[in-house]
Amino acid sequence: MFHRESGYYKTTYASDSALYPLPIARFTVAGFAILFFVVAPLLVSSYYLTILNLVGIAIVGALGLNILVGLTGQISIGHAAFMSVGAYTAANLATRFDLPFWITLPAGGLMAAAIGIIVGFPSVRIKGLYLAISTLAAQFIIDWIIVHTPAISGGFQASIQVPRPSVFGIVLDTQRELYMFILVTAVLAIVIALNIARSRIGRAFIAIRDQDIAAEILGIDVRRYKLMAFAISSFYAGVAGVLYTYYSGVANNEFFPLVVSIDYLAMVIIGGMGSVLGAIFGATFVTLLPIAIDLFMTAVGPYLIEDAGALSGIKSHMRLVVFGGLIMFFLVVEPEGLNRLWLNIRSYFRVWPFSY
Amino acid sequence: MDMFAVWYFVETTINGALIGLMYALIALGFVLIYKSTDAINFAQGQFVMISGVMVAALSADYGVPIVLGAIIALVFMILFNVMLERIVLRPMIGRPVVAIIMATIGLAAFLEGLFPMIFGATTRALDLGIPNDPIIVGQIYLTPINVVGGAVALTFFGAFSIFFMKSRKGVALRAVADNHQVSMAMGINVERYFVLAWSMAGVVAVLGGLLWGSAIGVDNTLAVVGLKVFPVVILGGLESIIGAIVGGIIVGIIEAWGGTYIDPAMTQPWFREFFPFEGGGTKDFLPYLLMIVVLFFKPYGLFGKVHIERV
Repeated sequence: MFHRESGYYKTTYASDSALYPLPIARFTVAGFAILFFVVAPLLVSSYYLTILNLVGIAIVGALGLNILVGLTGQISIGHAAFMSVGAYTAANLATRFDLPFWITLPAGGLMAAAIGIIVGFPSVRIKGLYLAISTLAAQFIIDWIIVHTPAISGGFQASIQVPRPSVFGIVLDTQRELYMFILVTAVLAIVIALNIARSRIGRAFIAIRDQDIAAEILGIDVRRYKLMAFAISSFYAGVAGVLYTYYSGVANNEFFPLVVSIDYLAMVIIGGMGSVLGAIFGATFVTLLPIAIDLFMTAVGPYLIEDAGALSGIKSHMRLVVFGGLIMFFLVVEPEGLNRLWLNIRSYFRVWPFSY
Repeated sequence: MDMFAVWYFVETTINGALIGLMYALIALGFVLIYKSTDAINFAQGQFVMISGVMVAALSADYGVPIVLGAIIALVFMILFNVMLERIVLRPMIGRPVVAIIMATIGLAAFLEGLFPMIFGATTRALDLGIPNDPIIVGQIYLTPINVVGGAVALTFFGAFSIFFMKSRKGVALRAVADNHQVSMAMGINVERYFVLAWSMAGVVAVLGGLLWGSAIGVDNTLAVVGLKVFPVVILGGLESIIGAIVGGIIVGIIEAWGGTYIDPAMTQPWFREFFPFEGGGTKDFLPYLLMIVVLFFKPYGLFGKVHIERV
């Protein structure tokens, strides 16, 4: 019951694509569920819950981009723009029509998915570089339209105050309550992403990534699946945008600039392209990194640099340097990212200590 | 339509075209790399930014004369690009296009953080000694820095065209661009020509940094100017030098028209009745809109090579 397999013994497709490959997986999942649903909200202080909330939001966004970049092999430099679309959709619905979160959350996702299909449309004709540039353009165009349309952006400084979400009459206004809200959404997002990856749709995505013309010969409708990848990825981005809006209480386009799109690309690359676990690793790593840099520079910085102003300038730029460096490092040295490192560790311990 | 409006239109267009030539200069660096190494460089704007920041910081903070600063920047950029090619891009030869794109995006973020970290993020002026008084031709007022920029850009386009057409190295570079394996078989040292292409892009970036830096001041916004290379190269075609010029001029003119005619029109009631937009800034968005249209109908641009994919 608690054993791990010593090799690869799968003989049927059903066992290959099973959600729980081994009995022990159920216990691991149950353990994590208890840890995050019971232990964390009871024991962790509210500051660290804030960080966990940010990680949860990032996981939702990164899972979406991973479906597009990792599974389907397309590229998008406009992920943050879709988050923005989701955020403003939810904010407008919540403030104008007083709709609860269980309507605004999917509505934000669906709106982002609709825009995502429009933006993804060039992917039917073009790929690679051309697609990268057209999604970059989408980031600018969506941003411009949102800021310059008062009907969407709410006019002044393009920010809309959003009421806190409420469940069964309980208003979720502390970090602890928001944590449960974000956790449930993130778990749903993870389960759906796992099921997409192991089902027919995910396999079609992978076939398109590996060789789109061959995929078409195998009978996969490449156009449909490419647009579907864009729609699913944007849906996730939209939901992440809505979550961020509820988390911060304000919908504002300044939360979603081009840099955020690059952050999400970094999550997918550093975590490991094409794997759900990788996206989770990447989102966690990239969210925690600036906080770690900040703590490190606050602790060590004053000994190195006297001037406090210069130090804070260095802190804010160091983040970009470390991100950029890590993206390049992982692409050159370990294209499969943190997920590959984790798999290496796991396969080492699989037959440990009798490895021969 | 009175004469004044006509002259104003001509003036807007010519100034736009001159700025467009300066965009084309940045785009040239992109085209040079793409043409010969097939690598897509999302960090060309950051190359321009770091050379501008370096020259400005050296002259403002350490009193180094501009000419000497420019030479230092030139040497640095060439060395930097050679190293970059060695360390990052050469191991990635043969990997998917998307991976190379993401590597250069990473590079862009890296440079955008590193240089302000070293030299500080303040905006500096870069004075090349070009006067500020407008040059008056007939009824038209031209901005001197744009005239100089346009002239320098045109000179370099001429020089690069001659280099590619006449010189031995240029012909070899074109061969490398066409097919790496065949050029290797013909005895061309492909890797050395990759280094040459990246160095030339570095030289162009320093020029761009000097001209743009003296036109709009030196800080991180120079890298934002670099993002305009994409409309330019998509419009002109990715591997065409002449395409970079034509694309640059078109983008420059469209921006100028957007700023002069569309922005004021947007405040008119008849416009707002149809489009509920507010404020201007179409300048920053029209080139991308144009680019999307081009991508839909003519993805390889005006002068680009049409790729036909075989399995």
